[in-house]
Formats: sequence, structure tokens, C-alpha cells
Amino acid sequence: MSVRRLAPKELQPESFAFTAENLAWAEKTIAKYPAGRQASAVIPLLMRAQEQAEGWVSEPAMRYVGEMLGMPPIRVYEIATFYTQFQLLPVGKKAHIQVCGTTPCMLKGAGDLMKVCKKKIHPEPFHLNESGTLSWEEVECAGACVNAPMVQVVDEVFEDLTPEILEGIIDAFARGEKPAVGPQNGRKSSEPVTGLRVLTSPELYDGSMVGKGAGLAAAREAIAAREAAAAQPKPAEPAAAAAPSAPPKSDPAPAKPPAAEAVKAAGNADSEKPSKPVAPPPAGEKGN
Amino acid sequence: MLADKDRIFTNIYGYQDWGLPGALKRGSWDGTKTIIDAGRDWIIDQMKASGLRGRGGAGFPTGLKWSFMPKQSDGRPHYLVVNADESEPGTCKDREILRHDPHHLVEGCLIAGFAMGAHAAYIYVRGEFILERERLQAAVDQAYEARLIGKDNVHGWDFDIVVHHGAGAYICGEETALIESLEGKKGQPRLKPPFPANVGLYGCPTTVNNVESIAVAPTILRRGPAWFSGIGRANNVGTKLFGISGHVNTPCIVEEAMSIPFKELIEKHGGGVRGGWDNLLAIIPGGASCPVIPAADCEELIMDFDGCRAVKSSFGTAGVLVMDKQTDIIRAIARISYFFRHESCGQCTPCREGTGWMWRVMDRMAEGRAQKREIDLLLQVTTQIEGHTICALGDAAAWPVQGLIRHFRPEIEKRIDQYSANPHSDPVPVAAE
Repeated sequence: MSVRRLAPKELQPESFAFTAENLAWAEKTIAKYPAGRQASAVIPLLMRAQEQAEGWVSEPAMRYVGEMLGMPPIRVYEIATFYTQFQLLPVGKKAHIQVCGTTPCMLKGAGDLMKVCKKKIHPEPFHLNESGTLSWEEVECAGACVNAPMVQVVDEVFEDLTPEILEGIIDAFARGEKPAVGPQNGRKSSEPVTGLRVLTSPELYDGSMVGKGAGLAAAREAIAAREAAAAQPKPAEPAAAAAPSAPPKSDPAPAKPPAAEAVKAAGNADSEKPSKPVAPPPAGEKGN
Repeated sequence: MLADKDRIFTNIYGYQDWGLPGALKRGSWDGTKTIIDAGRDWIIDQMKASGLRGRGGAGFPTGLKWSFMPKQSDGRPHYLVVNADESEPGTCKDREILRHDPHHLVEGCLIAGFAMGAHAAYIYVRGEFILERERLQAAVDQAYEARLIGKDNVHGWDFDIVVHHGAGAYICGEETALIESLEGKKGQPRLKPPFPANVGLYGCPTTVNNVESIAVAPTILRRGPAWFSGIGRANNVGTKLFGISGHVNTPCIVEEAMSIPFKELIEKHGGGVRGGWDNLLAIIPGGASCPVIPAADCEELIMDFDGCRAVKSSFGTAGVLVMDKQTDIIRAIARISYFFRHESCGQCTPCREGTGWMWRVMDRMAEGRAQKREIDLLLQVTTQIEGHTICALGDAAAWPVQGLIRHFRPEIEKRIDQYSANPHSDPVPVAAE
């Protein structure tokens, strides 16, 4: 695990508050989660705070987000220090270049990209360049391995790089421009650079794939079979349903046994009643 | 080679419209209502019959996983959580689904959610995938607009999808860590049991599935399990997104049949190994946690779960990393050790301390600055990490090192000999962190 600390006091701003636009967005985001579970929104909110504060999260920003979500500050500090995408120190305002250095990119020359960063920005990661506008770091796999090597600058991804192209990209950022994103070797995304080898059949895209499928036919059969089964043994079903449904019903269930007893008692009483008048009662017995 | 008509992700390169009109034309959302009307048990039976095994790396049968959800709700809501925290080095397949074919995933969420009695799905996208997340959110919004999902939708099953994101922690790809993170905590895995199917997100029954597992489900149900299980070999069926990276002439993502011979995959789609097949040194078949496979075993290698297991590795996510003979294999694996050291969540001591220890030793070995007896010591330590942690990150960190020692011990010894044959000043001892 990586040990990460908050920025020293002298770098921390006085306070932090969302802009009106971000505040409205934050309220909408919190509402996505069930009531009482607003803490779920902590990562999205911190991320938005980082965007608003030019690329890093300050301690006041963490406290602000914590208050918004009803979380103790320590819980938010934990989040900010655990998740490495949160920058805890100021980074380059024009660009913070994240070079993926994990094995797939390393094999394709990420080391040379970092040399470019060291030369053009600062020999050490997380340090600002001379003008204070650029910085860089090595990150763990950024998830574009077939487009290695690559760098990421906030939401912009530059793939299939060479050191020369990266130099141009860094220069463009330094000038305040927005260099073209995506693969830099002419391909569109993750297809072979030499052109498509698959997905070339026109019938995939002309709508003729719609409405076919043995599975859908089977689904219709299953529905039909179920409906037929539901329609056929109708007389059996109410009887079967009525029998088990009686006990769970709380009202008639306790009522039944006393009712039965009453009937039984009544029956006994009936059988006794006629017996009493029929048999001539010995006078002495009754008196006992 | 898999025929184009048998491919599920027909816009994986983004040449067509990713949006709803394009997706409809390519066959998404076709007959979804019929599938849902066929019922929960029917869907799960079909998924079981299809033989689909989870695409996130472990290969657990997807239909079976869905069936673990309680049949009747005890009052707690059920949740579907989609794991789009794709962060394993070598793996970048879900990214293409999210940004180029998102409606497969959105439709899959509805069907899977219905099959497990869930009215809400959370899709946890890794923090670095910002454009991918925005694209997915746009697709979800389109589906709401067209009343394909949401309250009172045309499918008759109320369903909400929330696109959530992380912030750069690999460990959040572990399902319970992902749930913790989704609850707004540090992503530290939970002890199991209780399993998420009983106590998951917010303490409610939850199923966590990989993006690809969910995204292929609608097409499987539409075309029938027989179609899907007819591709590949028994126990390893279906189509699969392969990522080919490293030292090949044309690195790419491609959907291919499971059980494709490795050589065919590399020659047909990867454009061949850089410098020719004989220049192949080794591969990592399915993401950084899978042990390395030397070239000799690649000759006959079948790319599926059983095929990779037969050579003591793992199929993982099918993100193949190819290394040619110019590769410094010890340095390559040492970089993987660094990755796991960086990504350990710090909860279990064997992993927190062990990953750093392994990396420091690996770093020295890459230089040759080590003793040969340390190779066995390193191997012994990996076995003390493996299986002694809450989650599988400890195992994942140990396996690449074990694979390296198993196949490249002479290389490590040679490096040590080279180093000791040259004069060096005594190294400065470095304390552990």
C-alpha cells in the first residue's frame, strides 16, 4: 500500500466551497443513493472538488464534503488518502501528466516517456516545473494496455505514444492548447493498426440481425406453455390454493378451532338434550 | 476464426453509432420484453444451460451465481452491482464495452436485475475511465428517455441504474471491497461469509458481476443457450473478448471463440510476435496476476480456463501480454510486484508487508544484487502470503513471482552470477517501510 499524507498546513487554502453549479450537481448526485446512504457519494463529490480546485483536494475541501454528507472528517480523510486518484498536493494547473508505468506499458516504452517528463517537466514526480504549470507522475495500470504506452491528463487519454509525440503534447499543454486525444498512430481505438480484420460484414449493421434468435422463440414457447398450464387445471387450482391459504390467514385460523369446538359442544349438547328429556330423570339424581 | 454473425459486440471498435438508434439496429433491446415475460426461473435456467462462466477472471458460472439470490424478498431490496473497476495490468476489454457498446450492458443490467429480483443496479466504473463513464451515463439516460428502464417502463419491471465510480484503487475490483467503496468507505475486502448474496450492499442481498458477463447475457438469451454453448469446448464455451498487448505487431481487442489456440489468436489478430514466432519468450495469459507461461508451453496452448490451468497458469480475463526475447523478464515481473505492493489495501499483514518485501527482493534480483539462496527464500515467502489473506490479492501477488521462479530460475541465477562477477561497492542496506 502507498503511504499518503495531506499537504502541509502552509499549502492548504483557508476554505473551500462548491460553486453554485457544482452544488446543484452534488445535490443531484447525493439523491441517487438510498435515503441515509448519502456517504456513498463521497468519491464523486471529492472528485468534483478536485476538479474545481485545479487538480488537488485540500483539507478544507475534505471537511466541506464531509459536512455535506454527514460524515466525520476522519472518514473523508481516509477516503482521500486511500484512493490514489486524489491528489493531496498541488499539481500542474495546465496539465498533470500521468504516465502508466505498469508492465504492459513498460514493455512498450513507458520508461522513455518518463524520461521525457523528467527532461521537460521535473526530474522528480509530483514536482511542478519552473513555471509552476506542469507536473507528472507514474501511475499504475490506466487500463489501455492494447494502446500502450499511454499517458492520461485528467479525462484526456493519449495512446500509442512515442517519446517524440509526447514531447509535442507536453509543449502543446505548456502553450495552453488542447492536443488531439486518443491513439497517436492513426487508429481509431483498439482495432489492429493495419485495419479491421473482423466486424466487416455489412449485415451486422443493416438491421437484418433484429428479430432473429432461437432464444426468443423459446421464450415465447415458455410463456405460451405457462399460460396454457395456468388455463387448464383451473378447478384444481382454487382448491389447492384454498387449503394452504387458510392457516396463514390470522383471522379465520384461530376462529376455526373454537368454532369446531362449539359445534362439537353443540352436538354433544344436542345429543344430551334429547337424552335428558327422553330418559325420565330420576328425581333423586337431579337433586345430587 | 469466429464468424462475424456470431460476434456479440459488433461495435467494439466504435466505428458505428454507440447510441440507442445504432444499438437497436444492431439488435440490442430486441425482444427484451419477451425474455422478461418468460420469467425469472426461465432466464436463470437458460443462463445455466448456456454454460457462461464469469468473465471477470474467476470463471464462476454466471447462471448459478444469479440463482444464489433469495427467491423471496424478506423486505430488504435486492441489488445488482456491476464491476467495471477494470484495473488489472493487461486487461482493457470492459473499457471498449463501456465506450462503444454500452447498450449491451444497460440491457443486461435490466435482465439480470429482473432475474435476481433487483430493482436497482449500481455500475462501479473505475475512476480513470472518465469518458467511458460519461458515455455509459449517456446510454443509461437514453434508456430512461425511451422508457426502456426506470419507473413504469415498457418492460413492466421498475428498474433504476446508477453509474458510480471509484478513484484509482485496484482492490475495488474485489467484490466485497467494491461494495465497501460503494458505501463510501475505504475499499477493504470483507470476510466471507456472509456472502454478498445474503449481506451485500447496504446489508442487502447483492450480486456482483463483471461487465462482460452482464453485457453478453441479452444476446445469449436472444439466440439461445445452444448457440452459445456450441462455441468453444465443453466447460469453456462461448465467445470472449481477448486483449492482445505487448510485443505483437498489431496489439488489439478482439472477440473470439473460447478455446482458440493461442498461436492462431496471435497470428490472426495480433499480427504475429514481434520478430517472428521464434522470438517469443513468454506470455502472461490473463492479466498480471496469472503466472507466466514460457514459449515452449505456448506452442499448443488452448486459450480457455482449462487450457491455461493445464500449464499451471490461469485464463483470468483473457488480456494476453506477449513478451519477446528482448524482454527483461525479471524486471517485467518485478514491475508487477511493484503494482501489487502499490495496490495492497493494507488490511492483512501477510499482504501489506509481503507485497513490499517481495518487490524489494524482486527489484534486487532484476539487478542481480542477490544471493542464489534467496530464490528459495522468496518462493517460500510467496507460499506464506498465498492463501493467508482475506481476499485474493495476496494470491495474485504471489503467483507471478512463483511463475517466474518456476520457469526462469536459470535466468535469475545468471543475473546474480553476472552481478557478482563484476566489482561493486557494498550495497547500502535499506530498511523496510
